Amino acid sequence: MAQLDDLEEQGIYIFREAYRHFKQMCMLWSIGKDSTVLLWLARKAFFGHVPFPLVHIDTSYKVPSMIAYRDRLAREWGLTMVVGQNRQALAEGMNHEKGRLVCCRALKTEALRHTLDGSWPRLRMGADGQYHEEENREAFTGVIVGARADEEGSRSKERYFSPRDHHGDWDVADQPPELWNQFKTDFAPGTHVRIHPLLDWTEINIWEYIEREQIPIIDLYFDRGSGKRYRSIGCETCTAMIDSTAKSTQEIIVELRRTNVPERAGRAQDQEDTYAMEKLRRDGYM
Amino acid sequence: MTQPRDTMNIVIVGHVDHGKSTLVGRLLADTGVLGDGKLEKVQATCRRQGKEFEYAFLLDALEAEQDQGITIDAARVFFRTDKRDYIIIDAPGHIEFLKNMVTGAARAEAAVLLIDAKEGVRENSRRHGYLLSMLGIRQVVVVVNKMDLVGHDRGVYDQIVTEYRAFLAEVGIEPRHFIPISARDGDHVAKGSETMAWHDGPTVLSALDGFAKQPGRADLPLRVPVQDVYKFNARGDDRRIVAGRVEAGRVKVGDKVVFSPSNKVSTVASLEVFSAATPTEKEAGASVGVTLTEQIFVERGDVMSHVDDQPLVGTRLRVNLFWLGREAMRPDKTYKIKLHTAHSECRIAKIHRVLDASDLDATADKTSVERHDVADVVLATRQPLAVDLAAEIEATGRFVIVDDYDIAGGGIVREVLPDEAHQVRLEAKIREFEWVRGDIRSQQRAERFGHPASMVMLTGEAGVGKHAIARALEAELVETSHHAYLLDGKNVFLGVDADLAFDDRGGLVRRFGEVVHLFLDAGTLVVSTTNVIGLADHRTVQALISPFKMFIVHVGGTDESAPDGADLHLSPNTAPSRAVAQIVAELHRRGRLRTH
Repeated sequence: MAQLDDLEEQGIYIFREAYRHFKQMCMLWSIGKDSTVLLWLARKAFFGHVPFPLVHIDTSYKVPSMIAYRDRLAREWGLTMVVGQNRQALAEGMNHEKGRLVCCRALKTEALRHTLDGSWPRLRMGADGQYHEEENREAFTGVIVGARADEEGSRSKERYFSPRDHHGDWDVADQPPELWNQFKTDFAPGTHVRIHPLLDWTEINIWEYIEREQIPIIDLYFDRGSGKRYRSIGCETCTAMIDSTAKSTQEIIVELRRTNVPERAGRAQDQEDTYAMEKLRRDGYM
Repeated sequence: MTQPRDTMNIVIVGHVDHGKSTLVGRLLADTGVLGDGKLEKVQATCRRQGKEFEYAFLLDALEAEQDQGITIDAARVFFRTDKRDYIIIDAPGHIEFLKNMVTGAARAEAAVLLIDAKEGVRENSRRHGYLLSMLGIRQVVVVVNKMDLVGHDRGVYDQIVTEYRAFLAEVGIEPRHFIPISARDGDHVAKGSETMAWHDGPTVLSALDGFAKQPGRADLPLRVPVQDVYKFNARGDDRRIVAGRVEAGRVKVGDKVVFSPSNKVSTVASLEVFSAATPTEKEAGASVGVTLTEQIFVERGDVMSHVDDQPLVGTRLRVNLFWLGREAMRPDKTYKIKLHTAHSECRIAKIHRVLDASDLDATADKTSVERHDVADVVLATRQPLAVDLAAEIEATGRFVIVDDYDIAGGGIVREVLPDEAHQVRLEAKIREFEWVRGDIRSQQRAERFGHPASMVMLTGEAGVGKHAIARALEAELVETSHHAYLLDGKNVFLGVDADLAFDDRGGLVRRFGEVVHLFLDAGTLVVSTTNVIGLADHRTVQALISPFKMFIVHVGGTDESAPDGADLHLSPNTAPSRAVAQIVAELHRRGRLRTH
């Protein structure tokens, strides 16, 4: 398991560097397999603790069991849960029928940007397990994200520590060098840094790690009798299931070794245009 | 489930148009990642459209056929041999993308240096060789491509080998192999070649498979740069865990360890992990957490080692560095150096040579290091750093330089030069090792007092009001329940120094430092001014009181007399109450007024 060990050690190292350098740090938790592995790595890095808030952007179109799973783990693991949402766009009836990219931009990118910089209300899970509007509106300057380089083209150009400007924008063409384990930990006021501990992981690595560590992943990834399962999860409206009878992590690994279909093939917004993801990412999409 | 396989990151570097794309394409084609004839098809399309074949076209073509299941993107390409999986990290050949090349190459375990047989050794062939050497990549194979364009002529090949081998030797790279290839025809890439049967070495693929996966860092002396010290106090957890990565060597429970440069000694009580069996030993590569038997003061930037094989400590580093910043690196500017987990302000103290990395000709009269230059310089750091020579332990012997907010250069340490505090540091180290301790540790003291021990030193010309500020600061700190004490240099001079000659500067400064050290060891917040000991001596005092840190407040703005990197600047004759408020705010910000 030499390779998984290497990936794990590097991930832990990156987490600890980030936590040390960013006072206002958070981690994006989409409830999917990657960011749940990321959450597990955080607990490894901090010896069972997760000493920063987890931010979830709720588009309101998520598969309902995702929210239940999120809140259950939050309680069991003692997580500080923060939820953001584009209330205005939802009130005005935003949905994917207005255009997938338009919808993604409003409900994910915009909501994320304003939740991170504190300009929109944040809901925080209290001791009672309920969500309450949070007093703290300080901007997060370090944001841990579960992006992997092999997911799709634009993510492969990322650094481990990737700066975002005042508008949350990403300048792909002019990124600072990253040498050995020295990362970009100095940043101008008003900017923030995205941190990617899983950058070098592949989809199979993720599953092998879930299997090795017995991480309690959400069951949407498994076939529960219908002969279908999710390979990538997101909004119910824009994420298709794949035909698969994989009922366990092991069966998924076997299946992945044989497949030729890209991971995000079921994610409709990617198919919208060739540069869709790069465009969304430049604007601050995760 | 099949056995997980090894993965190796490699980088292919070479001058623009020396055939990097074709080689990558050929590697993919010949290892079965590309379908049969795919590479030729794309090349033919390029020829038809009258354009040079480029890697990018291959990528475009592949992207259009993603249903083939090829994992490929602009920055990384995957292929596999029977032995293991490979990731080719993109390292653009064009000089404008040098920082991307460096970023890519820094992640690689091995490199292929590519040269066009027809063009021979070019500017970037040399620059890349030099950079690979500084990046610490020792596993290198040189590939002489486009042999078909020179009629597979052994003479041409031999001449390039001789020239490039000599250059690489100068920068400390000894290639494992030189291989004559034609990426276009596939000669010596994955299989042998009839036209160049005179080459009796390996193919590119077998050369790659011959590289070692583990360079054996575990057998070096132990080095664990401290990343952080955790005490979460949440969910009933009161462990105090020193976290860091084992960069070299092995650490075991029960090991006696020392932290440099603070010289604090303790013993490893446990190796902490989450959700796994508790290990008794960890080796190079592992991100560890240790608890210690004695609660000593440890902080980020310290290096944990075994007592009998410690890193060097110094403030003057002779280094080789490369510069990527838009603005040149100048001797009159202060930068930030980041070396393992330590950082400090630094300046260029001396420029020995600035090299044009492409031909290694020294440019003697250069007074700054410009973009893409490579230089041999002495760096002076404000804080003493624990460091190794890169030739001995790479991970603790290389650094980056931060200009404003971005990494703008990097390099390796070749030598640690003695500085003015060198002798004092050695004395302090011996004292620290032999120091007789009671049962109360500084951490316990800090917890009881509510703040760690530290020192605030006010500097500035005579008559700027330092003393009044120092008095007001002591009063404010005591009023707010801190164990603070105004230690006036004159009082030390009157008593402790009564037997010393007035002009025995060294003796006066040393005794002052030792007295401060006693107060700090007793947990006090010491406030003092440079009225009696000179400003120039603050380094010596700092060396004596280490690992406690001096917080320097300079009164008088950023004039000539300002010490290197004061922590806070106040304008002359600032009202004491305002000055105190500013100092206290800054001390708070740096966590010096409460125990954590």
